[in-house]
Amino acid sequence: MKKFILAIFAFVPMLAIAASGGAALDKAGNDLTDKESLQRGFKSYVNYCLGCHQLQYQRYNRTFADLGISEEDGKANYMFTGEKVGDHITNTMPAKEAAKWFGSAPPDLTLIARLKPGPDYIYTYLRSFYVDENRPFGVNNTVFKDVGMPHVLQNLQGVRTMDEHGNLSEATGGSMSAEEYDTFSRDLANFLEYTGEPNKLEREAMGYKVIGFLIIFFIISYFLKKEYWRDVH
Amino acid sequence: MLANFMAWIEQRLPLMDAMNKHAAQYPAPKNFNFWYVFGILASVVLVNQIVTGIWLTMSYEPSGEGAFASVEYIMRDVDYGWLLRYMHSTGASAFFIVVYMHMFRGMMYGSYQKPRELLWIFGMFIFLVLMAEAFMGYLLPWGNMSYWGAQVIISLFGAIPVIGEDLTIWIKGDYVISGATLNRFFALHVIALPLVLVILVFLHILALHEVGSNNPEGTDIKKKKGSVKPEELSKFTFHKQYSEKYDIVDAIPFHPYYTVKDLVAVVLFLIVFCWVLFFAPEGGGYFIEAPNFEPANNLKTPEHIVPVWYFGPFFTILRVIPDKLLGMITMFAAIGVLFALPWFDRGIVKSLRFRSKAHFINLTQFAICFIILGVLGTMPGTELTNFIGRVATLGYFGFFVAIWFYSKNEKTKPVPERVSG
Repeated sequence: MKKFILAIFAFVPMLAIAASGGAALDKAGNDLTDKESLQRGFKSYVNYCLGCHQLQYQRYNRTFADLGISEEDGKANYMFTGEKVGDHITNTMPAKEAAKWFGSAPPDLTLIARLKPGPDYIYTYLRSFYVDENRPFGVNNTVFKDVGMPHVLQNLQGVRTMDEHGNLSEATGGSMSAEEYDTFSRDLANFLEYTGEPNKLEREAMGYKVIGFLIIFFIISYFLKKEYWRDVH
Repeated sequence: MLANFMAWIEQRLPLMDAMNKHAAQYPAPKNFNFWYVFGILASVVLVNQIVTGIWLTMSYEPSGEGAFASVEYIMRDVDYGWLLRYMHSTGASAFFIVVYMHMFRGMMYGSYQKPRELLWIFGMFIFLVLMAEAFMGYLLPWGNMSYWGAQVIISLFGAIPVIGEDLTIWIKGDYVISGATLNRFFALHVIALPLVLVILVFLHILALHEVGSNNPEGTDIKKKKGSVKPEELSKFTFHKQYSEKYDIVDAIPFHPYYTVKDLVAVVLFLIVFCWVLFFAPEGGGYFIEAPNFEPANNLKTPEHIVPVWYFGPFFTILRVIPDKLLGMITMFAAIGVLFALPWFDRGIVKSLRFRSKAHFINLTQFAICFIILGVLGTMPGTELTNFIGRVATLGYFGFFVAIWFYSKNEKTKPVPERVSG
């Protein structure tokens, strides 16, 4: 019996290890209510990511409306290839060819924040590229081992190398300071958390109202029950 | 005017009579406790699943090409589509929580014992159909975990000698899981199984009302006609179907007393349900698993393929048996022994409260083993989890073996004639 109890306790820490998995992530500290951050993230996305990574489940006009971007502004600054505002945010990269170029086609990123462990993952991922001459594009990533994509933001972040202890340090500076690049990454993570579930804020706002109603209903139903059950007792 | 109309209906269809028989004049023991709310909660969830399911069907596209995108369409473009989808996905997990609680209640208070064997068997069929329903529903979002989860479960049938391989192809309708599989699962999930489920629930309730509800003490509230002094009879009026045959004691009409009491339980349940629904709809990755946020891909296996948590106990039993066929037989046996529980238990006393210490220990270890099996089922398998899983599997089956032996000549406490609480 004692052994049995010990075995159960031995297995609790295992659960924790199984649940965490992989390297620790930095906290993105993003805020879905910060529309300026979301707009910057969206702009960075269409400029740096959309060429390869579609957001095929998300529409332009929905994004404009949710992020507080007017349609004129949106058409002028966020749409470049003659789409209609009601279209999904897609690119024209042929998936089959892309698979040949990169080994596998660049995945759609609409739901990436829900597929991977949230915005913290994206934030950490964007800041974790380092030089690795053994990889086809010369870079690797500490949170996505043997990543198939080049470090397309290298001009912004600069070149980083890994020492023998696994720590990353800057070898050549980029056009952004470290703080600016962190903000840039946070905005992108914020935007991708938004695209993962555009209704998240609406969902939570409704949740408070529904549960508030239910608590009042609970009080009423409790006294209703009490009143009726006086016949029984 | 209205009275005339109601009378006209009543002569042609005994509507009020049925209402009285099953609600307003149905004798329910007055001492139901917390454990007796889960039947009602299961009905609430069933209605939720059916209603949200109908609306989801309006926008869902059952095809290998369109399913995943149509779910995202529901989540983004359909008005309150996200709400419907989360109600349905959270409801699936809630269904199993309340059904497991409901079943455990039956085990604690001996609600499967004579004369309620058939009631228990209908309940077990509901559980079985519910598992099939949930399994097929889980394929429909066509996410990668849907795909690989189905792959693992269907491949089990391949372990059956001789016909195994052909059987898996027959189930899939293709050599791999494909749009053809998705379409047939859709048909079964939205029409065939819900229909069977509703019929079984109907039979479950009819059978319950025929034999009457058990209670936490396992005492009988229906006494032999004429055996009870008039002043000790229940002061309430019950339907003649019950009161003409028996003297009814310690009972109250189901409506309004239990309807108002269950209402409190339903609201409390909804508070928890809505908290998950609105603030944690993924259920910590257990109700909607992360790999399901990418479309089904037969070239990309998720890191750990484990079925949804509610299959955990049975999946673990399957996994810890080294031989595939033997594992499958053991897994189905784990459900089979539950069906046969009324005959494994040879005791007369129903409630845990008046049964032996041995029974208390046996039931407790069963519950612990079941939970351990469930937790292990959500984790990747290792040597250690397999070892613990085997011990827990022994505990699970051991419950049935043990009860068969000790229940025959069990040292029980005297059961009170009347409900004390």
